[in-house]
Amino acid sequence: MQSHILTVTKLSHQIKDLMEGAFPDIWVEGEISNLTVPQSGHAYFTLKDEHSQVRAVLFRSSQRHLKFTLQHGMLVVCRGRVGVYEPRGEYQLILEYVEPKGIGALQRAFEELKSRLEKEGLFALGRKRALPVLPRRVGVITSPTGAAIRDILRVIRRRHPRMEIVIYPVPVQGSEAPPEIIQAIEHFNRTQAVDVLIIGRGGGSLEDLWAFNEEAVARAIMSSRIPVISAVGHETDYTIADFVADVRAPTPSAAAEMVVESEENLRATLGSLQSRLYVSMRAELDRLRSALSSSVRLLGDPRRQVQQLLLRTDELRQRLALAFRTLVIRDRGRLAGLSRALDQLNPLGILGRGYSITRVMPAGMIVKNAAELKQGDVIRTRLLSGEVDSRVEKTLLP
Amino acid sequence: MAEKKFETALARLEEIVTDLEKGDLSLEQSLKLFEEGVKLARLCNTRLEEAEGKVEILIKDRSGNVTPRTFDDEEES
Repeated sequence: MQSHILTVTKLSHQIKDLMEGAFPDIWVEGEISNLTVPQSGHAYFTLKDEHSQVRAVLFRSSQRHLKFTLQHGMLVVCRGRVGVYEPRGEYQLILEYVEPKGIGALQRAFEELKSRLEKEGLFALGRKRALPVLPRRVGVITSPTGAAIRDILRVIRRRHPRMEIVIYPVPVQGSEAPPEIIQAIEHFNRTQAVDVLIIGRGGGSLEDLWAFNEEAVARAIMSSRIPVISAVGHETDYTIADFVADVRAPTPSAAAEMVVESEENLRATLGSLQSRLYVSMRAELDRLRSALSSSVRLLGDPRRQVQQLLLRTDELRQRLALAFRTLVIRDRGRLAGLSRALDQLNPLGILGRGYSITRVMPAGMIVKNAAELKQGDVIRTRLLSGEVDSRVEKTLLP
Repeated sequence: MAEKKFETALARLEEIVTDLEKGDLSLEQSLKLFEEGVKLARLCNTRLEEAEGKVEILIKDRSGNVTPRTFDDEEES
């Protein structure tokens, strides 16, 4: 046998191959103890149970997904591989992932509740309500101490300095949290004092956030008549509250950004609407005024029209006068003619030339024909001056 | 709730302005719309002005009723 003697290195090398080959990717459950995190940031601890223990390490690079902080005495479930550290002939667990024991159970409970509520339609997009553009008062349900409320206040005040905020302080962790949160939601719905609700808390493990996964809280959010923004934990944390709420904000400060349109934007929108209102109205009036003036131009300026009428009347008056004059002249001419004719025909004028007018009495008809008379008739003869009565002796017919 | 008024007022104001800008309205219609627009703008402005910026925290006493108290944010504001 002696010829086959191994060196320590060869031996431990074979042990390394053997063990690392046997346990390349395993899940181990145990309790954390002798936890040390040196400067390097790597976490060294012993994983033990009642009868045995094994050394373990969680390198810093694998701590990224850790949702909680390792603590002495914590029951955990870990995933990793066995590594042999030849120089010291030791083996240890090289871990990639650690979660508190029972977290798995919580995770499953979460998934179940989520799918059940989803089937029931609680997460339906149709049910989601829009947030008011300008709430009068914002209700906040969170812990009165802690970063969440401070972030929310800081952001809202920056965006809308005079926005009114009502805080309903609640525990955000532990078994007493859900009933308080529900009470807060009911209080706001009863008093209708606020127009929008922010419900949330700062970051934490699944366990820390569990209050927001409770079904009762989900139902309270769903039945709230006031729109709800959920802001639970960090961007990566999703709780049932987030799925049920009208809006899910990745973080409390994001919720504050969403809850209120910044005052200046509102003022800007309002300002631009107002100026557009005045500008369009003035344009409208100008349009109508120019339309009016162009039609007036077509119509002609009334004043000018009056002047024109004046001119025309003058002209007409002159023409009238002229016409009248010519008329008069002409008439005078005619008149003269007529009067001359009249003179000639004027019986009295003939008398001047020795003629006389004889009338039969007493009728007084002028006699032009001797046959009209008979002997004894009384006749009256008109001479140039004076008249003569006489009796008919004898009539001589032509 | 009161909130509806601001939002609807703003939306109606937008509608009015677009109609007026189209410019195909009679004088009476434009005047009527213009007056309504001015009223709505004033309403929105007062809504923006009237918030007093109170921040309250509700304190529950033993018997469960809740009273508001101003919340002075002592840490950094």
